Amino acid sequence: MKLVATNITKLYGGRTILSDCSYSFSTAGTYVLIGPNGCGKSTFLRICSLLEQPDAGELLFTAEGKQLPHDIDLRRRMTLVLPRTGVFNATVFNNVAYGLKIRGMDSGLLHEKVIKALEVVGLSHRKKQNARTLSSGETQRLGLARALAIEPEILFLDEPTASVDEKNTTIIESIIQNLKKDARTMVIMTTHDKEQADRLADTLLLMKEGIIAVRNL
Amino acid sequence: MDSLLQGFIQAFKLILHLDQTLFGIIFLSLKVSGSALVISTALGLPAGALLGLKRFPGRNLAISSVNTLMGLPPVVVGLFVYLLLSRKGPLGFMGLLYSPSAMIVAQTILALPIVTALCSSAIVNIDPIIRLSARTLGATPGQETIAVIREARYGILSAIIAAFGRVMAEVGAILIVGGNIAGYTRVMTTTIALETDKGNFELALALGIILLMISFTINTLLHIVQQKGSAPGS
Repeated sequence: MKLVATNITKLYGGRTILSDCSYSFSTAGTYVLIGPNGCGKSTFLRICSLLEQPDAGELLFTAEGKQLPHDIDLRRRMTLVLPRTGVFNATVFNNVAYGLKIRGMDSGLLHEKVIKALEVVGLSHRKKQNARTLSSGETQRLGLARALAIEPEILFLDEPTASVDEKNTTIIESIIQNLKKDARTMVIMTTHDKEQADRLADTLLLMKEGIIAVRNL
Repeated sequence: MDSLLQGFIQAFKLILHLDQTLFGIIFLSLKVSGSALVISTALGLPAGALLGLKRFPGRNLAISSVNTLMGLPPVVVGLFVYLLLSRKGPLGFMGLLYSPSAMIVAQTILALPIVTALCSSAIVNIDPIIRLSARTLGATPGQETIAVIREARYGILSAIIAAFGRVMAEVGAILIVGGNIAGYTRVMTTTIALETDKGNFELALALGIILLMISFTINTLLHIVQQKGSAPGS
């Protein structure tokens, strides 16, 4: 799946957050958006993942040469991992199963996919525990597992390591690195950590005052 | 003091030799209040979800109204339902006055604002990130709403417990619309009122103790469910 954002503009209370933001995400790999706090990175991600409407501009999703309508089917081919995970008051297993359950997946396949996602993030041993008892690093990994379980074609990550310790940052970074082996998934993430961006990016994008510029690696 | 002690003794005797009449009274109490609770939950939970999740004109007025109705005096509700169901009233043709159905109607009116208001506040208090998370994972608007309601389930249970306490303890409304007819509309609270009038304090007190014990048992069970659900560190 390809994503072309054209002249995306967003205002909040009269203040321009994004102005004529354009970029074409056309090849698989990891795109990292860096920029100072409040430069519009998160807003851009929320608009690209169809959680918010832009005030102007256009998002074009295409697969196999065909343009995809902005409907629930398209939304279900991608997901955004929020900087703070909204943990459901349920077991770790059921948190990860949520995205599959609402897609009506049968329980056998669901179980298999959840177990796999939990293994990837290293939370298998916690599957029966209530998810609200996890540490903050584990909670962030839970958010990642929920997203991985649904096998998105585009995975948006908004500051995936902003609120976790060094150990968990290393774990999360290696999960993102491993995703590259799976050429099906395109990762578009934001970070304010320059070194992390260098470690993870195939394409580094700099966002400043609501405009995207490509930075050569 | 003597009648208090006698009351306790008689209460235990009554419980040990639960006779048909007493059993019928207790059963009717539970049936009337339980039915009212089921109906008011079926209506109040969607109404509470609507108030909690949707923004619409008049929402604040609706919330204030529901909060005010939580304090409805039972006798006023009794009077209102009486006028509605009495032979000359608009629904008089249904012949429901002085029947358990009339009592269920009255208690539903009492319980509904409590269930609605407390469900709505339980749902409003759920972190908006829950709804957003459901959406990021591919939920339809309907599935988002279900995710939020499920998250509020223990608050919703509290709402039902509060409404249960209200209707089980209530006497004014059911006395007016039920008429306290022996073997037909006589429940625990109306029996207590009647026996106290007759000077039959021991029996009244014994019934009061049984009523409290039933409430205690049901509340304890619900509380255990609630405790199980609220995880540590949340």
